[in-house]
Amino acid sequence: MHVVTFTRSTPDTAAKVWVDSEGKVTWGNLATVVNPWDEYSLEETIVQAKNGAGDSTVIAIGPELHNDALKHSMAMGVKNALRVEEAGADMNDSLVWSALAAGAIRKIGAVDLVIFGKESVDVATDQHTYQLARRLGWTMLSYVSTILEADYEAGAIRVEKMLEQGKQVVSAKLPAVISVMKGINEPRYPNFLGIRKAAKATIPVWNAADLGIEAPEAATSVIGYTNPPAREVSTEIIEAGDLETKARTLVERLFEEKVL
Amino acid sequence: MSVFVWIETFEGRALSSSWEALGAARIIAEAQATDIVALVFGENAQSIAKATGQYGAARAIVCDSEVLRQYRLESYAALLGDLVAKHRPSAVVAVASNRGRELLASAAVDSGSGLISDVIDLRLEEGRIIGVRPTYAGKVLMEMTANTATTFVTIRGRAFAPAATTAGAAPELEEAKTVDVADAIATEIESFASELGTVSLTDAAIIVSGGRGMANNPKSPPDGISGDEAKIWKAKDGYENTLRPLADALGAAVGASRAAVDAGYIAYDHQVGQTGKVVNPDLYIACGISGAIQHQAGMRGSKIIVAINKDAEAPIFKLARYGIVGDLYDVVPALTAALRQVLTN
Ligand SMILES: Cc1cc2nc3c(=O)[nH]c(=O)nc-3n(C[C@H](O)[C@H](O)[C@H](O)COP(=O)(O)OP(=O)(O)OC[C@H]3O[C@@H](n4cnc5c(N)ncnc54)[C@H](O)[C@@H]3O)c2cc1C
Ligand SMILES: Nc1ncnc2c1ncn2[C@@H]1O[C@H](COP(=O)(O)O)[C@@H](O)[C@H]1O
Repeated sequence: MHVVTFTRSTPDTAAKVWVDSEGKVTWGNLATVVNPWDEYSLEETIVQAKNGAGDSTVIAIGPELHNDALKHSMAMGVKNALRVEEAGADMNDSLVWSALAAGAIRKIGAVDLVIFGKESVDVATDQHTYQLARRLGWTMLSYVSTILEADYEAGAIRVEKMLEQGKQVVSAKLPAVISVMKGINEPRYPNFLGIRKAAKATIPVWNAADLGIEAPEAATSVIGYTNPPAREVSTEIIEAGDLETKARTLVERLFEEKVL
Repeated sequence: MSVFVWIETFEGRALSSSWEALGAARIIAEAQATDIVALVFGENAQSIAKATGQYGAARAIVCDSEVLRQYRLESYAALLGDLVAKHRPSAVVAVASNRGRELLASAAVDSGSGLISDVIDLRLEEGRIIGVRPTYAGKVLMEMTANTATTFVTIRGRAFAPAATTAGAAPELEEAKTVDVADAIATEIESFASELGTVSLTDAAIIVSGGRGMANNPKSPPDGISGDEAKIWKAKDGYENTLRPLADALGAAVGASRAAVDAGYIAYDHQVGQTGKVVNPDLYIACGISGAIQHQAGMRGSKIIVAINKDAEAPIFKLARYGIVGDLYDVVPALTAALRQVLTN
């Protein structure tokens, strides 16, 4: 039994991120963190691998920057890590990404379950997950809030998933790709031993040739990045009068703004 | 050539956000001098398709078979992929809802098409579709284009104006056959707990949000409840009896900060922010929320922000157009009363 998860390094959510004079996205010299949504998928990977008495692997696709997220994952307790990097491949394109990801899954072989976080806090496309599932031809279960049952012997899974309109209980055959939400578990912190072990690990790097595939042409191109216009707000603190007057003034203002 | 729009439906009705997708599609269709084709799958497809005419669809492709009754990614993606292969549209547009995202991403794989997701603005340059999408929690904007014959686009809810209504116009209807994916349907939908009746955060024009400050409810919890339990009780009571009446008076959805969700004051579905939902209502009223950068990431796009906080130094005031410094348990009921008075007059 084998559970695979994907992760990436992202700038800290509190970091200032901007477009520099060369048009490149930068966050200065700040270190990256593991994509915060992936803390839940990493935890779930560890738990499911343990429940199924199987193996766990974490994969990052892209440059060396992502080794930090892989080391964090190993420090949490994921057994194996690997990185896929293809020189010249446009990693902004999700079809390129998913072709490499599917190649890695096929090379690993007998994978029962692939677990993703909901999205990346940086690129935030929320599309990599589905495109990998589609390429593999596996069942896709998105926005899973609870794994109710997973029987790896029988190859069956039962989950609760979230929709805008409510919650749904769905059962499916394995192998499957799932994405998990915050709240599915309480992610553990890496312990000292885990951190030491991860620090020593060398992470294998595979390219497209190692996967036995050709990296496809990118279906999209990034034209450029811009800094969004500053939010011009002049704040009016409503101070005059007693509470009732303040409340009435605010209501009047909101009518003037035509938002009521 | 045409522009496809997937009309998202739920329990036999179109989601009104789909009219926004038709609005976005019009930008492309006008520039390319082509027609908009609405795709309506599932229960009531025929009558929903008729309604798309008044929102700018010239034609509609409908498919209302048993397998499509309930939304399933596999059968919907197979049909969409098939229609794209047959008709070769220049674009496929849908709202970036949970279903819209997975459906378009999957169908884009089938035809090897470029996908630009969560777009807030669209323009055309020399016939090419250029999508503007926020990245890094809205700190940076990215412009993207597809290199393929068909461009798949998902649009952020409330970022595009719904297509203007033109009374009477009925689209030309075409029936599509379902694509047989019986083998591929490995999923079984067992049950569904609907939360209809409450306003969804991502569609809401007005949102009233409560943060950690909700725990400072002056009401006393029942005997025997103390410590963290008492805080949870107070906050829950506050959402129900202080925030909810304001939201109801405004027809608003209720939001929350992560601190409130993590403390168990309210369910995660309500969380606004970087690891919650990204919203862009006309009006966002933040009560007892400090305005941390990760919370801002989810609500900075709101047109008018109102802050109610007892700390005049709270960062949320820097973002707010209007602020009242005070205890939310005094201010919110006063605001609700003032509103009710105006609304009944
Ligand atoms: C990776 C990561 C992701 C995150 N994602 C999110 C996210 O998606 N959404 C999110 O919201 N946060 C997120 N956070 C957390 C964020 O950093 C803040 O901790 C959180 O937003 C604080 O919530 P708060 O404003 O309710 O609480 P606090 O910061 O504690 O603020 C409470 C406010 O209430 C005021 N107050 C207290 N009592 C009253 C009263 N009676 N009347 C009026 N005002 C009162 C106080 O003055 C204070 O300003 C994330 C953090 C990290 C690290
Ligand atoms: N380059 C990458 N390598 C590994 N995982 C990734 C990469 N990019 C995105 N993911 C994962 O894909 C999931 C969905 O992300 P996204 O589609 O980018 O919003 C998240 O769990 C991410 O960690």
